[in-house]
Amino acid sequence: MIVFIFYRLLQAIPVLLVVGLVAFAMFTYVGDPVAAMLGQDYTEARRIALVHKLGLDRPFYEQFAHYIWAALHGNFGFSYRLAEPVSSLFAQRLPATLELSFTATVFAVVLGVPMGVYAGIWRKSWVSRAFMLISLIGVSLPTFLIGVLLILVFSVQLGWLPSFGRGHVTQLGWWSTGFLTWSGIKALILPAITLGLFELTLIMRLVRAEMLEVLRTDYIKFARARGLRARSIHFSHALRNTLVPVITIIGLQLGGVIAYSLVTETVFQWPGMGLLFIQSVAVADIPVMSAYLLLVGVVFVVINLVVDLLYYAVDPRLRIDRKRHDG
Amino acid sequence: MPLLDVRDLTVEFPTRRGTLRALDGVSLALEPGEVLGVVGESGAGKSLTGTAIIGLLAPPGRIAGGQILLDGTRIDTLPEEAMRRLRGRRIGAIFQDPLTTLNPLLPIGRQLTETIRTHLSLSAAEARERAVHWLDEVGIPAASRRIDAYPHEFSGGQRQRVVIALALCAEPQVVIADEPTTALDVSVQAQIITLLKRLTREHGTAVMLITHDMGVIAETADRVAVMYAGRIAELGPVAEVVRQPAHPYTKGLMGSIPSLEHRVARLAQIDGAMPRLDAIPRGCAFHPRCPLAFDRCRTERPEMMPAGPTVAACWRTAAQPAQAMRAADA
Ligand SMILES: Nc1ncnc2c1ncn2[C@@H]1O[C@H](COP(=O)(O)OP(=O)(O)OP(=O)(O)O)[C@@H](O)[C@H]1O
Ligand SMILES: [Mg+2]
Repeated sequence: MIVFIFYRLLQAIPVLLVVGLVAFAMFTYVGDPVAAMLGQDYTEARRIALVHKLGLDRPFYEQFAHYIWAALHGNFGFSYRLAEPVSSLFAQRLPATLELSFTATVFAVVLGVPMGVYAGIWRKSWVSRAFMLISLIGVSLPTFLIGVLLILVFSVQLGWLPSFGRGHVTQLGWWSTGFLTWSGIKALILPAITLGLFELTLIMRLVRAEMLEVLRTDYIKFARARGLRARSIHFSHALRNTLVPVITIIGLQLGGVIAYSLVTETVFQWPGMGLLFIQSVAVADIPVMSAYLLLVGVVFVVINLVVDLLYYAVDPRLRIDRKRHDG
Repeated sequence: MPLLDVRDLTVEFPTRRGTLRALDGVSLALEPGEVLGVVGESGAGKSLTGTAIIGLLAPPGRIAGGQILLDGTRIDTLPEEAMRRLRGRRIGAIFQDPLTTLNPLLPIGRQLTETIRTHLSLSAAEARERAVHWLDEVGIPAASRRIDAYPHEFSGGQRQRVVIALALCAEPQVVIADEPTTALDVSVQAQIITLLKRLTREHGTAVMLITHDMGVIAETADRVAVMYAGRIAELGPVAEVVRQPAHPYTKGLMGSIPSLEHRVARLAQIDGAMPRLDAIPRGCAFHPRCPLAFDRCRTERPEMMPAGPTVAACWRTAAQPAQAMRAADA
C-alpha cells in the first residue's frame, strides 16, 4: 500500500516537471516583466541591473531550477496587477473555489448516483424517463445560461437566495469558510447547482448505463437465483461493480470542476481562483497565470492518485502486491 | 406426488415480428432425490425451462401457459417476494461458467454468508461457520482460511465448487444445474459431476441436470428428457433411452456417446439443423430431418405417447415401435 502510493508519487514527478516547465516558460518568456517594472524612462545600466537582479541573465536550466525551488517553497512571485505575492492571493481565493467545487461534487454524487441506479433498474418507468430528459437538458444547456436562469428565478423573482458573492465567511486560520454561517450556505446553493449540474447528469447517465450492463451479468443472475433481496442485489452487488468507471469520471470531473469553475465564478462573482484567473488574463498578469497553471497540474495529479487508491479499495483484482494463495 | 411438477409449460417472447413460442407444452416431473437429465441441441429450450422454473425469465419473455408445482403448490403464479424467498431455499441453481457467476468484488465467504443468512435465521458467526463447513464439503482445501479470498484467487474448477456450495448452502430440495461442466477444463469435469452427485445424494436433493454431454447423463441421471425445438421429444429411464430410444431424434443423439474422458463433439450427428423459433414446421417439428417421416408427421403434431419403456412424441414409434426402429436401423 505504502509502496503503491510512493510509486505513484514517483510517477507524478515527471508530469509535474512538464507542467512546471510550461508554467516557467510562460512566466519567463511571455510578456516583458523588465519593461513593465522599469516604466518609461530608464538607463541601460538600470535595465541590466534589473535583469541581473531578476536572474534573467542566467542560463535557462538554472532559472528553471530556481523557479521550481521557489515554487516548492510557495513562492510564485508577485502579481503585476495587485502587487501582492501570488501565494497570498491564492491563500485568499483557494478556499472559495475548493468549497464551491466540493459542494458541487457532493451535490452531483449524492443525487446523480441514486438517480442513475433508479433509472438503471426501472429503465422504463416514468420517473426514469423524466430523469433522462432532465439530464439531456443538463448536458445541452451551457453553464452560464443555467446560472443566469437560476439567478433570475431564485434571486430576482423569488428573492430567496443571493445572486453573487460568498455571504458571511468565517476565518479559520488562513482558511475562510462559508459553511459555518447561514448566509454563507445560502450563497453556496446556486453556484454549486450551476457548477454541479453537468457533473450530475454525467454521473447519472454513466451509473445508469453501467447498471444496465451489470444487471445483465451472470453473477447478478446467480445472485437472483439464490434468492438474495433486491436491495442487496442492486446496491451491494450491482452498484459496487459500477464503481470503477464511476469513480474515474467523478475524479476527472472534480479536477475539471476545480480547474474550470471560471464560468460559474464569473456569473456569480464568486471570489475564487477562477475569477482571479479571468481577471489576471484580462491584464496579462503572468505570475498569477503561470502559478494557476502549476496549481491545476498539482490538483490533477492529486486527484489521479486518490482515484487510483479508490480503485485499489474497490477492486480486489488490482491488489497485485497482495500475497497470492496457491490455487 | 412428484416434488417438482411442470405441466404443459409454454413460454413466449413477444417481438416486433410476432410472438415467438420458445417452449411449447413442456411437461416433466422430478421425484425427491432424483436426477433428471435434460439434453437436446443448442436452442432446444433447456435453459429456458430451468429459467422459467426458478421464475427468472427476463422480460418480455413470459409464461404463457401451463403450471409449475413444487410439492403440490403452484409457484409460477407466486408474487415476486414469495418467489424470491423460495429461490435458493427450495430451488437452487448452478450455471455454466464459474468465471462469471461469482461476484468478482466480494469475498466468497461474504457471498456464502449472505445467501445463508437470507434464508436461515442464523447469527453472523453461525453463518460463517456454516460457510466454512460448505467450502469444506465441496472440497476447498484450508476452507477456514480461504473463506476470505476473492473469486479470482481460485482456479476454474474450484470456483465451480464454490458455486455449488452457494447453490446448496440453504439446502434446497431441487437444484437446476445448467451445463455445470461445459466451461470447465476436461480434466476437472468428472470431478465436479462426481461432487455434485455425491452432495445431492447425501442431502436428498433432486437435480435437473441440463447438459450437452450424453456421457454425463448416462453416468449420472436416473431419467432423461430429450428436448427438441421447445418441446420434449422423449422422456424415460436413462438406461432405456440410451439403449433403445423410441424417438428418431433421440436415436440420432445416441449415435455416438462420448464418454466423460473423451468428449469429442457436441451432439449433432443428425443432418440438418433445428428450425428457428419463427419457422417451426407444421406437424412434428422434427419431420424435415427425420428418416422415418410419413404423411401424418407433416400435418399432425404428435403428443407424448408410451413407446415401450419410454414416452415419446412420435407417430412412428408410438404406433409400431419395433418395426419403426428396425426400419431406422436399415
Ligand atoms: N430473450 C429472448 N428473446 C427471444 N428468444 C429467446 C430469448 N431467450 C431465449 N430465446 C430462445 O429460446 C430458445 C431456447 O433457448 P435456450 O437458451 O433455452 O436453449 P438451450 O437449449 O439452453 O441451448 P444451449 O444448449 O445453447 O444452452 C432459443 O431458440 C432462443 O433463441
Ligand atoms: Mg442453455
